[in-house]
Amino acid sequence: MPQGDYIELHRKRHGYRHDHFERKRKKEAREVHKRSQIAQKALGIKGKMFAKKRYAEKALMKKTLAMHEESSTRRKVDDDVHEGALPAYLLDRDETTRAKVLSNTIKQKRKEKAGKWEVPLPKVRPVAEDEMFRVLRSGKRKTKQWKRMITKATFVGPSFTRKPPKYERFIRPSGLRFTKAHVTHPELKCTFNLEIIGVKKNPNGPMYTSLGVITKGTIIEVNVSELGLVTPAGKVVWGKYAQVTNNPENDGCINAVLLV
Amino acid sequence: MEVEAAAAGVAMEEERELSNRVMCQLKDSEGTPLGAPIFLPESAGPKELQQLVNKLLNNEEKMPYAFYVSDHELVVQLGSYLQKNKVSVEKVITIVYQPQAVFRIRPVTRCSSTIAGHMEAVLSVAFSPDGRQLASGSGDTTVRLWDLSTQTPLFTCKGHKNWVLSIAWSPDGKHLVSGSKAGELICWDPQTGKPSGNPLVGHKKWITGISWEPVHLSAPCRRFVSASKDGDARIWDVTLRKCVICLTGHTLAITCVKWGGDGIIYTGSQDCTIKMWETSQGKLIRELKGHGHWVNSLALSTEYVLRTGAFDHTGKQYSSPEEMKKVALERYNKMKGSAPERLVSGSDDFTMFLWEPAVSKHPKTRMTGHQQLVNHVYFSPDGLWIASASFDKSVKLWNGTTGNFVAAFRGHVGPVYQISWSADSRLLLSGSKDSTLKVWDIRTQKLKQDLPGHADEVFAVDWSPDGEKVASGGKDKVLKLWMG
Repeated sequence: MPQGDYIELHRKRHGYRHDHFERKRKKEAREVHKRSQIAQKALGIKGKMFAKKRYAEKALMKKTLAMHEESSTRRKVDDDVHEGALPAYLLDRDETTRAKVLSNTIKQKRKEKAGKWEVPLPKVRPVAEDEMFRVLRSGKRKTKQWKRMITKATFVGPSFTRKPPKYERFIRPSGLRFTKAHVTHPELKCTFNLEIIGVKKNPNGPMYTSLGVITKGTIIEVNVSELGLVTPAGKVVWGKYAQVTNNPENDGCINAVLLV
Repeated sequence: MEVEAAAAGVAMEEERELSNRVMCQLKDSEGTPLGAPIFLPESAGPKELQQLVNKLLNNEEKMPYAFYVSDHELVVQLGSYLQKNKVSVEKVITIVYQPQAVFRIRPVTRCSSTIAGHMEAVLSVAFSPDGRQLASGSGDTTVRLWDLSTQTPLFTCKGHKNWVLSIAWSPDGKHLVSGSKAGELICWDPQTGKPSGNPLVGHKKWITGISWEPVHLSAPCRRFVSASKDGDARIWDVTLRKCVICLTGHTLAITCVKWGGDGIIYTGSQDCTIKMWETSQGKLIRELKGHGHWVNSLALSTEYVLRTGAFDHTGKQYSSPEEMKKVALERYNKMKGSAPERLVSGSDDFTMFLWEPAVSKHPKTRMTGHQQLVNHVYFSPDGLWIASASFDKSVKLWNGTTGNFVAAFRGHVGPVYQISWSADSRLLLSGSKDSTLKVWDIRTQKLKQDLPGHADEVFAVDWSPDGEKVASGGKDKVLKLWMG
């Protein structure tokens, strides 16, 4: 039988000690003093931890006391006279104030100018240069170290021709070159395998954008002509932006979500 | 008969010009024909027709009339009108004549004064029934009385605890009642600007509308009904200074209340229904269902006469309440005619219904056409037209008896909040969120006058019953008086 059960069994059979309840009561009364003693005497990290716990307890206690006090007194409800008086027919209607509408339009115009868009992944982990590039030694004695090989997925485009090997600084291995991406429509929740048209922006820097490096969070432009989207004017949409959501160098494929 | 001889005489003169003659039957607005069908020459215009009608009716003074052929007003000669509209001359043409107001109101053109005084937006403006006094309620919790002759402030009535949302003059002009956002009503004496007693408390939420009992039902004016957001309407007695009956039944806020000329109270509410109450016991008589969304505004065909009581354009003052009651009853009966009272309700579901509440609980017509919610509906003082102001920036004009659409007045660039008719029913005034007021001519159905000048939204407009002045107040805290 577990230890505590023996005590219970004994209690059931023989009852409590004659002074059990009194002792219990007095011990509980002494708790308060004991606690305050610990609070004053505890040093170091122990003291700090205790102080923090005690502070949280006190704040909570104050709140509950205030709450109880509130209900016991009956206060007359005094509505303050608010600003912005409205006639009776407008009272139940919440109309966006003109100022708010104006500031909203201004904010939108500013955002458009700055080119900041709402994207599904606003923040991505920054990729360090030594993670992105691997140093390739070249030369007869393999001492020259000015060549770099890109270790992440890239997109080069159909008309890409390499620069003469003697002069090319950045090497994009053909094994890491991708032409298609798996693009998911956020509302329809279906995925299409669409061709990439180009890399629009890589969050790690404009250099990576110009190189065509695709990492997580990159905005790419995809060919959506097979989706059959039409603009309100009646023109067919054939290119849309999408944001990459996985690490292509690890998975071997590019997964992206369409920006609608 | 001398009439036919006169007509024939006119015809003889024109025979040289080989004009055609048309068979016409004159009918009044209720459909009773006036005399037998007459041969009229084509060159007969409204003036000649007017002479004819006056003679046939044996009027002592020449009354002006307007003539309508199949709901279109006849402004040119009969002949040109018939040609334009290609009406066949072989059938008897029915010409409906409508008496027009003898007096003609001049349109207001200029702002005669801008009176500052309120500390917050002006929420409601009302002229007294005799047109001599003006009161305005504002968000700074005061009601102010203004002197119209000098156009300066007269009294400032303090006493409310929160915004003054609605004010109403008693039809005999002796009392002014204002309701506030705190749910209390205070009765003021317009001669001294002091409250007549303690505030009348009873409502739990803000007051949305106040309406007095018509003078012809009880003079001097004692009772009025107030509607509140808490869903009940209360009938108060100013002499007893307490609430006599509480009309509960609506489940949501009551947006509008009107005391009808036959002693029935109509309340429109956010629960999409309109209820009719009987006033001696406070029992519900009928419930008018049909709207799909909140009922925003109600209007009665006899509303203007009930509001002005015994006063009319002649500006006559009455000494005793009995005299007032008699005159008011005469005016009311003349206005009502033999047809039952009509009620129009405007709602958030973009439509309005025309009801004949005494006859049936089903609407007579459904008036659609607005593209946004209808905020305010108002019958013209002669009951022939209905005007509706909507948040879709237009004011629409409808026929007052059938509810058919007549014209739309476009010109505002913001939601139209309130409208007001001139006392002769020829001009319509509208105030809007775009801070302008516009005066529309009913006859030509075009904009008559644009009244810019307010710095911010216009919340309340009112045309004085004598037609001389227009008062408007809004968010810019000033009261503007406009004159012709």
